[in-house]
Amino acid sequence: MARIPRWADLVLVPLISLLLAGIISALVILAIGQSPKEALTTMVTGAVGSSYAWGYTLYYATSFMFTGLAVTVAFHGSLFNIGGEGQAQLGGLGVALVCLAVPWPHWTLALPMAMIAGALFGAAWAAIPAYLQARRGSHIVITTIMFNYIGAALIVYLLVNVLRPPGQMDPATARFPSGAALPTLHDLPLLGLIFDKKIPANVTLFVALIACWLVWLLLWRTRLGYEIRAFGRSEPAARYAGISPFRVTMLAMLISGALAGLMSINNVMGESGRLLQNSSEGAGFIGIAVALMGRNHPIGVFLAAILFGILYQGGAEIGLWTSIPIELRTVVQGLVILFTGALDHMVRMMLGVFFRPRRIEVA
Amino acid sequence: MKGGIAAGRQETAAPLAIELRGISKAFGTVQANKDISIQVAKGTIHGIIGENGAGKSTLMSILYGFYKADSGDILINGTPTTIPDSQAAIRAGIGMVFQHFKLVQNFSVLENVILGAEDGALLRPSLAKARKVLADLAREYELEVHPDAVIEELSVGHQQRVEILKALYRHADILILDEPTGVLTPAEADHLFRILRNLKEQGKTVVLITHKLREIMEITDTVSVMRRGEMTATVRTAETSPEQLAELMVGRKVLLHVPKGTAKPGRRVLEIKDLRVRDVDGVERLKGIDLSIRAGEILGIAGVAGNGQTELLQVLGGITQGTGTVILNDKSLDLTGKSSDGQSRRRDGISHVPEDRQHLGMIMDFTAWENVAFGYHNDPAYQKNRWLMDNGAILEDTKGKMERFDVRPPIPTLQAKSFSGGNQQKIILAREIERNPDLLLVGQPTRGVDIGAIEFIHKRIVALRDSGKAVLLVSVELDEIMSLSDRIAVMFDGHLMGIGPAESATQVGLGCLMAGLGGADTRAMSGWDISAAADEQRLSTGTRG
Repeated sequence: MARIPRWADLVLVPLISLLLAGIISALVILAIGQSPKEALTTMVTGAVGSSYAWGYTLYYATSFMFTGLAVTVAFHGSLFNIGGEGQAQLGGLGVALVCLAVPWPHWTLALPMAMIAGALFGAAWAAIPAYLQARRGSHIVITTIMFNYIGAALIVYLLVNVLRPPGQMDPATARFPSGAALPTLHDLPLLGLIFDKKIPANVTLFVALIACWLVWLLLWRTRLGYEIRAFGRSEPAARYAGISPFRVTMLAMLISGALAGLMSINNVMGESGRLLQNSSEGAGFIGIAVALMGRNHPIGVFLAAILFGILYQGGAEIGLWTSIPIELRTVVQGLVILFTGALDHMVRMMLGVFFRPRRIEVA
Repeated sequence: MKGGIAAGRQETAAPLAIELRGISKAFGTVQANKDISIQVAKGTIHGIIGENGAGKSTLMSILYGFYKADSGDILINGTPTTIPDSQAAIRAGIGMVFQHFKLVQNFSVLENVILGAEDGALLRPSLAKARKVLADLAREYELEVHPDAVIEELSVGHQQRVEILKALYRHADILILDEPTGVLTPAEADHLFRILRNLKEQGKTVVLITHKLREIMEITDTVSVMRRGEMTATVRTAETSPEQLAELMVGRKVLLHVPKGTAKPGRRVLEIKDLRVRDVDGVERLKGIDLSIRAGEILGIAGVAGNGQTELLQVLGGITQGTGTVILNDKSLDLTGKSSDGQSRRRDGISHVPEDRQHLGMIMDFTAWENVAFGYHNDPAYQKNRWLMDNGAILEDTKGKMERFDVRPPIPTLQAKSFSGGNQQKIILAREIERNPDLLLVGQPTRGVDIGAIEFIHKRIVALRDSGKAVLLVSVELDEIMSLSDRIAVMFDGHLMGIGPAESATQVGLGCLMAGLGGADTRAMSGWDISAAADEQRLSTGTRG
């Protein structure tokens, strides 16, 4: 196998993959008889063209950072946590319960408690598949997928039968007290000068950034992170080193679930102000792509989350302002995942040809 | 550069099967082959010997069309030939038997032989033809394999025969074997050598790549020595000696046997009574072992791989669980409960250099410094505070270890997989020996390790013994067991067949015990305690006595 320089691997490969995804997307748009140029312009201005656009892009990116980190932590322990979606929704339940429990005087008090509850609920939802994997060998991919459905059904049941206030028609909780409302970037001093309109991006962004840093610390600076990485690379070697597979599997999945659960302070507490059905809106799945593209490194996850934030927000704008259906957003995302996640090896091989030292034919 | 020795000239009359002229090949900045010229006469067995990473395999891969040389010419049977791929190599009459076999595990022997060499769309005629050819080949070369046997049910030795049959079925006149005996028992290796001699008698040319000097001396006619990508010498085997070859390989004089003083055994460090281990399928692998090791003593466990040695190391190292009694320093070890893991064993004073370096001993994707902390990552010296590890301290420790154990290159941030086998082993040894354990478990310390490093590793193990520590050595290399051990125990089918002093052990006697047999040769070893089971087995099977 040809090797390519590290900078090319980190910078060139994702860029070329993105470009390829873009080209194919353009062809798809052409094929349905629309203008790719118009789509691109709408998408770029709609996602990054104004501070208002950024306010949405960053909101989505915040969610994707949490779910991306969740996948990353589990992945280093060679556990493929597909259950971010369910864990995030359960996290939302925890957040909602805390927010509705008392009339919060100020968000600075509500936020830490909501974070704890969201993380705990998310972790608890990951704990069952983790235990089944660690003790029974039930494959975590299968169990976490199933737990997404169980989680979604459980939330619907609770919203319809338990949490819905009397007299309300739609299956949702009551609105959270105003003291539990998180300030948006517009509400914050200084940042308010940049973000001059009502936007959904809120202080959770900073929690996500801190989470990126903490995950980096965890994985590369703590004993637990060392054990997770060692276990993920080789289970027999981990046993040799006296690392308990059960302990590592449980802890990696609990942290992963907690991170996914934390996402709901962004959407449930920060944006909608009440718990709705399907509150995670697919962010759990996008987290997989974000982790893949971000190479399971917190910095990569941060950048990939921004990119997917752009795609998500830009895609919505396309649906809003052009006659291109909003489903195209899914197509573009799918292509980006395909090229950056599944096919980046192909790009690497193509680049390998360019970086290979010259060869002389044998006479 | 010809290393001071005149390259042995082939008789001008003997036609050449292979001639390489000035082959060079670089991977990036690494020059794997530097201007290599070699002549192999038809109908001879030619050995290519060199340390790991000397460029032997690269050279043969060029010959087999896996790599393209940067420069140089290949002549097969006197005609210049280009070999762009393995198909071209096969057409040129070259067959290759790789170290790791390329067989479809759930196919039969016949199906594997015709795979890629089918005559048409229908299999039946090809299979019928192959069956006949195989029968002929088997008669001619002692290459008996049942044609309908499924590969995964065959022993390693038989699988190798299938690889040779594959090559011969494709009309190979030149057979290249890459480290063929690494996976074979001594008996299987003997059989392989008989096959190779038969091939030679029928006019085939054999190229044998190995790093084992004894094989070279035993079977080859001529031998080429490679060092750091260069061909340092080509000599007639009859005119050389193992010592001279070793010196040519390493570039300096090498001690093939480590000088060691007499052991001064002290107090009993380890005592094992009726130790039993079952594998995941519930099969008993260790069937009641009793032995003890004293301080300042190396106990070597000889035996053909797979007779319970691995399980013995693993249960003592805390990787698997077992039943029975293990007493270390007057303290009974937990064999099943909470403190039967590797961390507890390390705390109890056991260090473990595992047999499988790449899958157990290290994490190949981790850096050297991360691997130095492996298993000792809870060491307070490696912590910055309650929460964070002190990576800087580990890095510093690694630098020191690399210097003291002569790890090359001494770069702690390099990934483990970037080091040669010998240097990986030195990293593990540094990690385990410098913990100053009461008991060191060592499995296959020099497997896949080049000859220069073997000497170093042996010296370190002896030095640990001399500092009053107990060493349990497991190796399938009988030479290594005999030269390092103070006492030797032989394992067969999960039992100890015999145990006794190394001085009186003989190769023949150990060989019998390794096959599970007793008899006169074993009783001739004075001071040896031979298991009754060994003699019983001998009577029941009635083999030579």
